[in-house]
Amino acid sequence: MSETLFDLKNVRKYFTRGAEEIHVFDGLNLEIEKGDFVAIMGPSGSGKTTLLNMLGGVDQPTDGEISFSGDRIDNLSEGALANWRATNIGFIFQFYNLMPMLSAARNVELPLLLTNLSAKQRKENVATALELVDLADRTTHKPREMSGGQQQRVAIARAIVSDPKMLLCDEPTGDLDRETADEILSMLQLLNRDFGKTIVMVTHDPLAAKYAKRILHLDKGNFISEEVD
Amino acid sequence: MKIIAQIWTVMVMNIRSLPQRLWMSLAAVLAVAVVIFVLLAFLAMANGFNQTLSGTGSEDIAIVTRDGSQSELNSVISRDGVNIISTAEGIAKDKNGNPIYSAELYVVVDGIKRTTGTEVNIPLRGISSSGVSLRDQVTIIEGRMFESGKNELMIGSSALREFSGFELGREVTFGKTKWKVVGVFSTGGSVFESEVWADARTVQTQFRRGSSFQTMRMRLANTGDITALEKLIEADPRLNFNVETEAKYYAEQGNALSGIVIFGWAVSIVMGAGALAGALNTMFTSVSARTTEIATLRAIGFSNTSAFMGTLFESVVLSLIGGIAGTTLAFAALDGLSASTLSAGFTQVVFTFELSPDLFATGIKLALAIGFIGGFFPAWRAARMPVVKAFG
Ligand SMILES: Nc1ncnc2c1ncn2[C@@H]1O[C@H](COP(=O)(O)OP(=O)(O)OP(=O)(O)O)[C@@H](O)[C@H]1O
Ligand SMILES: [Mg+2]
Repeated sequence: MSETLFDLKNVRKYFTRGAEEIHVFDGLNLEIEKGDFVAIMGPSGSGKTTLLNMLGGVDQPTDGEISFSGDRIDNLSEGALANWRATNIGFIFQFYNLMPMLSAARNVELPLLLTNLSAKQRKENVATALELVDLADRTTHKPREMSGGQQQRVAIARAIVSDPKMLLCDEPTGDLDRETADEILSMLQLLNRDFGKTIVMVTHDPLAAKYAKRILHLDKGNFISEEVD
Repeated sequence: MKIIAQIWTVMVMNIRSLPQRLWMSLAAVLAVAVVIFVLLAFLAMANGFNQTLSGTGSEDIAIVTRDGSQSELNSVISRDGVNIISTAEGIAKDKNGNPIYSAELYVVVDGIKRTTGTEVNIPLRGISSSGVSLRDQVTIIEGRMFESGKNELMIGSSALREFSGFELGREVTFGKTKWKVVGVFSTGGSVFESEVWADARTVQTQFRRGSSFQTMRMRLANTGDITALEKLIEADPRLNFNVETEAKYYAEQGNALSGIVIFGWAVSIVMGAGALAGALNTMFTSVSARTTEIATLRAIGFSNTSAFMGTLFESVVLSLIGGIAGTTLAFAALDGLSASTLSAGFTQVVFTFELSPDLFATGIKLALAIGFIGGFFPAWRAARMPVVKAFG
């Protein structure tokens, strides 16, 4: 018994650059089930990031429908989308995107500032999230005082602290060495397996993709093959 | 509440990241400080000048000048004119029943300004003891009153402070005549303190004025009431004179410097435009330096209001720092600073720069305006930042 989380129907996404119109997607269909861990691969410019942006509600399709748990998100207003992102999506970026001026704990706390939690509850949740990524001893460190792998773990803690259903990762290990990358990927796998997070991860790295439950190959705006682990 | 927490977080981040844009931010602060300083300098100058002049005039005294003369300097009143006017109703009488008035001369002598060493025009007033008693608060600080018939001078304390060559006991030469400084007087900060006083008859002879005077002052029987004097002057075609209360006369002289206020604002607005350009540039740079931060916060779900307010706040804080620096500097460097300038009559008026809480508020308001406008457009850009920028 599976529950569909994302449902994309006939999604078109065009960009105009000067007089030229770029058709990134021309009728894309995709379903992502709750609890899935999907790796998206494909050549540069094939639309991986564009797809992730649309799933995350930071970009909208030119045409077609995107539903999340049965509700359309492609026609939400900007403010409504921001709220929707705050409750449902955790983002993990290639370059971590931490706030350089804030400590690890303050960075992780950011999504909680959008909730009604008290300062005390926020502190507890932040501590839990940092413990989960094994950084309980780094709470007061600033991003520049941490290694890339540690920064990405802070970013993961930030992505999960408000307990969203979905994690969207764009090349989360693109900037890390093999060993650290494996550490991060194991962590994502754990979040998927033990905490039921649904994960969509864009990657160029076939070894990284192996951590996912399924791999989608994107080429010229369409999925050309699908590997199931 | 949530929005407040978001705005607060963004503000804190922006302020903490200021050191990364240190020089640019400092330049913006400095630009605002200079603008505010210059504005306050002009306003304080006009303020001080006005206070000196408006502190001079009395409603109890009327001043008669030749019609059409802009100041005492180019006015003439003959002995006969003085005699006729002194018979007017409305002039207060002393205990012997004589009208209380003073016929005076007002000529220009050379002095050296201490600060610049340049030669300037100093007013020398020929005055009698009745004239001295027409000024409130005249006190002799040092030395004594001049004696009539002698080439003796008294110098006002402001004039002594600003101009050299009139120290007590010094001998002074005006043209071919020699004078001796015998006293220093104060008039409680009024414009008369910028003057040198001597006996009226002596001035008449030494400056070859025959029996004519230049102005006439009289104590009014009723405060501010010059109607009887006006009637007398109108009725007699020989009397080509103008009569005003002393208060009004000096208020008009004070207006001569209202041009300074307008000029001061004009200069400040032009410079303010420069500071504004600096603020805009600084804030646009700040926004683009924080592109990823802003977009990431938006991706997390932060509202665009927080991005807007955070940027606006940064700009206002920078300008406020500049404003406080500029006003503080103005107070420290200028308040009470003595200066002299040409009055409408081409003689020197000594006054001090007067800063007031009002001027402080004006300076801060202008700084806030620069910060607000300089932050608004960059803040708008921050609020409109596409969220996809978070993904590089
Ligand atoms: N804002 C935009 N305006 C114009 N064209 C865009 C825009 N964003 C993406 N594109 C174009 O859409 C196509 C897909 O871009 P996208 O960033 O999704 O590719 P990608 O698969 O993530 O590539 P990479 O592996 O290099 O990250 C590219 O041709 C890109 O140039
Ligand atoms: Mg990409």
